[in-house]
Amino acid sequence: MQIQPIFAALRKHRLATLLLALEIALACAVLCNACFLIISRVQHTHVDSGVDESALAAVKLTGYDPASSVDLNARVLSRLAKIPGVQSVNVINAVPFGDHAGTAGISTDAAGKHFAGVVDFYVGNPGSFKALGLQLVAGSMPQASDAQPLDSFVPKNATVWVTRALAEHLWPDTDPLGREFWTDQFHFRVGGVLAHLARPWGGEGGPSTIDWSVYVPAQAGRQLAGTYLLRVNPAESPRVLRDARAAIATIAPDAVVDSKNSQTLGTLREKYFRQDRLMAGILLGVICALLLVTALGIVGLASFWVQQRRRQIGVRRALGATRSDIVAYFQTENFLIVSGGIVLGMLLAFAINLLLMQHYELPRLPLYYLPIGALSLYAIGQLAVLGPALRAAAVPPVEATRSV
Amino acid sequence: MFAYYLDLALRSLRRNKVFTVLMVVCVGLGIGASMTMITVVHVMSDDPLPERSGQLYYPHIDPWPAPHGRSTNPHASDNLTLPDAMNLLRAGRAPGQAAMSGAAISIHSEQPNAQPLLETGHYVTADFFSMFGVPFRAGGGWTHADDERHARVIALSSALNRMLFGDSPGIGRTVRVGDEDFRVIGVLDDWHPQPMFYADVNGRAFGRSDAFFLPLQTALDLKLDFRGSLSCHGDGGDDRTTDRCTWLQFWVKLENPKQVSAYMQFLADYWRQQQAHGRFPQSVDPKLYRLMDWLAYKNVVPGDVRLQLWLALGFLGVCMVDIVGLLLAKFLRRSNEISVRRALGARRGQVFLQFGIESAVIGVLGGVLGLAIAELGLWSVRQRPDGYAQLASMDVSMLMGTFLLAIGGSVLAGLLPAWRACRIAPAIQLKAH
Repeated sequence: MQIQPIFAALRKHRLATLLLALEIALACAVLCNACFLIISRVQHTHVDSGVDESALAAVKLTGYDPASSVDLNARVLSRLAKIPGVQSVNVINAVPFGDHAGTAGISTDAAGKHFAGVVDFYVGNPGSFKALGLQLVAGSMPQASDAQPLDSFVPKNATVWVTRALAEHLWPDTDPLGREFWTDQFHFRVGGVLAHLARPWGGEGGPSTIDWSVYVPAQAGRQLAGTYLLRVNPAESPRVLRDARAAIATIAPDAVVDSKNSQTLGTLREKYFRQDRLMAGILLGVICALLLVTALGIVGLASFWVQQRRRQIGVRRALGATRSDIVAYFQTENFLIVSGGIVLGMLLAFAINLLLMQHYELPRLPLYYLPIGALSLYAIGQLAVLGPALRAAAVPPVEATRSV
Repeated sequence: MFAYYLDLALRSLRRNKVFTVLMVVCVGLGIGASMTMITVVHVMSDDPLPERSGQLYYPHIDPWPAPHGRSTNPHASDNLTLPDAMNLLRAGRAPGQAAMSGAAISIHSEQPNAQPLLETGHYVTADFFSMFGVPFRAGGGWTHADDERHARVIALSSALNRMLFGDSPGIGRTVRVGDEDFRVIGVLDDWHPQPMFYADVNGRAFGRSDAFFLPLQTALDLKLDFRGSLSCHGDGGDDRTTDRCTWLQFWVKLENPKQVSAYMQFLADYWRQQQAHGRFPQSVDPKLYRLMDWLAYKNVVPGDVRLQLWLALGFLGVCMVDIVGLLLAKFLRRSNEISVRRALGARRGQVFLQFGIESAVIGVLGGVLGLAIAELGLWSVRQRPDGYAQLASMDVSMLMGTFLLAIGGSVLAGLLPAWRACRIAPAIQLKAH
């Protein structure tokens, strides 16, 4: 296959060739970035919360008199534990994918000079560690003596468990056990490291901070009441939640069950990521439409060229070119144009990625997206040009003898 | 002449139906996708109070040491502390001013044994109703005197009123909030400004409405439940009454530029005066945002929606390049016809016009298809769980915009091919055939 004649022919249609290449370039740039966005969204929805989601449910109460919260805790804990299917009931301030409760900036020095980021504090009574199913990777399990009474949202001076991601952020490459950090006058010492524990509601610094959580054991009381963590038999969780609501209506008539936050963790997770899944769906739709339009453009221009060159095709056929030669001609032509478009498109893809990085906490486009985008455009191009090329191959040699 | 060109265009489009359908589908898809997103952004950045927004301002004074010790969030200090809000309120330098905060209360009706209702609303001060022009079905708001003596009064939305008292307004009746009886003094007409600009608009500004309004000082007095972000700095915990925690929203009404500059001066003076007391460590830099500027500053349109808009516009760009290519192919294919017309005396401008009209016809057809696709797209947006979803529908201006974009886009796309077509030299083409 000689490329020389193809170039010669394309030079006659400089504008149309340029337009097609430009369209491929735009499509390549949008395709790479949209794919990247989809993959990041989908990865985001697969985040490991670090807790036994399927076996957990939350019940959140509001509207009760804060003065009676100690009494409320006692009533709710003993009554809910009696519901069949409930393995344990604990008091906690927040659950993953629920509303956040203890969000604060921390510093690695007592004076607060070295600001280290904003983290979420999970404050729970001693049984909640086991109930959550947290996985310890270093240090020891919390003991009953670690749980302290609360005057504020966290104890004044506490042993805490941090996630591996947070430990690596605060003290890179050093053993985090025994290290200290502060928020205002509150002082914390690391007693252990957790594999994962996702923050209740995202993070200010984007997806990389979703694991910046701190688990603090504490005693239930006035400052820790109203939100209950139920460990249940997964198959029975809907019935258990119904029973729990009914039970609360009788033992705490003042309290109102916050329906939005009183769900199984599976439901909360589903709601939390609904927006991301939706966005991924929209992006997928745009990609399909984009490929369709690109294919339409290629079909249109190729048909036009075939129509225009009927006589030349007839001459080539009369001079001995086979049908497959004609098909190969149009496919090579398409390959060359798409190649040109892709080169331009890759530059454009990086430019768009840079723009997106500035405005929407996005990481840099990984290089391997480019060959994938290029391959799919080659495939679309070859498929789209096949129809017109076959029609060209069907031109009989006798066409050469006809004038117009 | 125009009618003749239109006739020519229609004949030409009918001659090659597949090509015409290809082009119309291209324009339709591009216009449909971009109009869907433009409409969503348009309704989201709409003025929530068109008649009053020009006179409403949000004062922003930042009491925090810089950089914000506790948070990387630049919006952490957008709200006011209680002492600052009360100082601005009592100074009364503007024709109208109100402090407010999100509220969540459980309301018991008079009926015995009824389950309490958990409702969200706002704690506000007296000027709120007159400043925002809140319409009342019956009764009205409360007075400054009610604010000062922590009156137990409440204004209900018509929906909550219906739930508690049925169809007639329950003016003068009581509802129980916590352990206190509140007298109903007003029932609102339907009033749902979107976005809910006066709320703490971090994150969710759409799809919410308030079920009740209650005096702010009364709520503080009774320690009712507040909603919205509470950001504190320094030592001293998270008490709402301290001057270290920001959580209140504050709006002022200023009727003319003179009042605006006077109020700016007042804010700067206040800042300096507070510095004398050891507060407001940053250099004096008060800001006064107009309502629409405030919404822009608070990024009311979510990042996802803006991203989708850019995506849709990128898609429209691809479609348009596509159309240029297809039109070029279509027009140049008729070189023969053009050269005959030119040889018979048609001027370049006339050939140009003929093809321009043909592009516009494709634009109109693509616009019709695009409108259908956009309506479908908006319908799918309305199925989303987001608060803004319900707003997504087209108004007349968007309808006109769709056609303008479609026709304008395809005429623009037709310019280059039409120019190329009218450059065809008559003689050479005739000789070649």
